Amino acid sequence: MSLIQTFKYTIGLQKDGLTKRKTVTFGDTSAVGKGRFWSIISVITLSMAWYLGSALELVNPIFWPSPSAVWDQFINISQNGYRNFTLWEHIWASLYRIFVGFALGCLIGIPLGFAMGLSEILRGWFDPIVEFFRPIPPLAFIPLVIIWSGIGERSKILLLFFAALWIMVIAARAGVSSVKLSKIHAAYSLGANKRQILKRVILPNALPEIFTGMRVAMGICWGTVVAAELVAAESGVGFMIMAASKFLATDIVVLGVIIVGIIGYSMDILMRKLEAKLIPWKGKA
Amino acid sequence: MSDLVINDVSMIFETPNGEQVHALENVSFSLKQGELLSILGPSGCGKSTLLNIIAGFLAPTHGKVELASTEIHGPGSERGMVFQQGALFEWLTVAENIGFGLSMKGTPPSEIKQTVDHLLETVGLHDFGEKATYELSGGMQQRVALARCLANDPDVILMDEPLGALDALTREKMQGLVLKLWKETGKTIILITHSVEEALFLGERLFVMAPRPGRIKQEYALPFAEAGVTKDPREIKADPAFGAKREEILNMIWEMEEEIMGQTETAGV
Ligand SMILES: Nc1ncnc2c1ncn2[C@@H]1O[C@H](COP(=O)(O)OP(=O)(O)OP(=O)(O)O)[C@@H](O)[C@H]1O
Ligand SMILES: [Mg+2]
Repeated sequence: MSLIQTFKYTIGLQKDGLTKRKTVTFGDTSAVGKGRFWSIISVITLSMAWYLGSALELVNPIFWPSPSAVWDQFINISQNGYRNFTLWEHIWASLYRIFVGFALGCLIGIPLGFAMGLSEILRGWFDPIVEFFRPIPPLAFIPLVIIWSGIGERSKILLLFFAALWIMVIAARAGVSSVKLSKIHAAYSLGANKRQILKRVILPNALPEIFTGMRVAMGICWGTVVAAELVAAESGVGFMIMAASKFLATDIVVLGVIIVGIIGYSMDILMRKLEAKLIPWKGKA
Repeated sequence: MSDLVINDVSMIFETPNGEQVHALENVSFSLKQGELLSILGPSGCGKSTLLNIIAGFLAPTHGKVELASTEIHGPGSERGMVFQQGALFEWLTVAENIGFGLSMKGTPPSEIKQTVDHLLETVGLHDFGEKATYELSGGMQQRVALARCLANDPDVILMDEPLGALDALTREKMQGLVLKLWKETGKTIILITHSVEEALFLGERLFVMAPRPGRIKQEYALPFAEAGVTKDPREIKADPAFGAKREEILNMIWEMEEEIMGQTETAGV
């Protein structure tokens, strides 16, 4: 294939041989490509619209700032900071809360999910608790955690722990339950004891589901931390957005929103890359 | 010697609504070390139940199973299992799968490697040790399952429809491999199958089981497995004697199926 063809193929303008010959494509989802070319067009168009819209002063910058204003704020805040913290400190504050809350959620949620998958008593005992708390949006607990531990770090971490916990419990439990009985039987027949079964069969077998849970939990945590910072915080991207909105500094608000989007997206990509690297057998058995 | 003795084994499953299913009733037989037994029978006649009892995954409601005069109370590495498919550990490589049993026992890695290399050779997969199991074809996966079982050097190998999911050609090749391994290793093998041809070819002894209650309806002693060690499998299967036995057994199973159908029909009326 020539370089141009390869390029065309990568951006989705060139169909593969089979797809080209298909007479039925509507409804055949495998014939629907990623459409990267259209993604590029879409991003360019939207950026142009934003740029032109503000250049022609179609929108009041109080409602929606110009790209250059957002960019200037980006430079400004990353150099001078905003509200006692540099831009990186705000970002780090949000990320730090997520990592600690998420890690705690995994640390407690995964063993608990395993226990629930393996023991009838523990499953019965924790089932009502899990089923009760799971559907409650974590944000509903904000007032409570503020009463318990103020608006400092602890309240946010507690909230994120809560957000991640139920997801991880359920993912781990599902992972344990998904093990095929023939695998367990095979392992016992090969002389494995209970501990070895847990470590060498049940745990690796549950990893794909645990990882899926982690990705979901990561997303929920990111949303929750930003929202929590909107309500009560002294630093963080969410706090930045909230503080700026009080002064109608829309450019900072939009900058914050863009940062939230980029980080959320990057975290998901990172998790997916990690997953492909650590669990290559996912979906293959 | 490690003889396997099944002594008056019955298994009654109780369903939640109080019904009793007689999966096995008074099943007795014994296998000498190195015997090759195949079991045939209509669906639901208790073949898997019998195998699970011997493997130690189920405790019979009555009777007992003894291996080398020791009663069986649970699974153990002296009784290896080969399942239909999907019992390999996909998070381990082919070599790690085969070495699984040994590593559970704490065998030193160098020793494991030696055994694994030898077994890869035996089942014809020498270049596949570092591959992932899901990269292999169905037939190759069953070779790995066989090798994994052999690595532990069990006295008895239990196989529940091990070739059931394979295409006809691969299946024939695998039958040859099972026969070869049986002769070379001298292991006692019990093999469950739905294929009459396979049961004839892979059984010095063949049990035809009948359902409700699950029992051994007919036993055969067959020459084909022994002959298959030296002769071409195709030749043996083309033998008129083989064909006659196949017809006889097919008829018997056919009649059983008819009977079951009849029973359910009258029960429905
Ligand atoms: N756990 C169980 N609870 C209740 N009944 C069971 C249970 N396991 C098996 N049975 C019943 O016992 C009988 C024998 O089942 P088994 O699985 O041994 O049959 P099989 O001969 O292996 O059938 P197949 O050829 O379909 O694999 C069947 O009627 C089945 O419904
Ligand atoms: Mg069965």
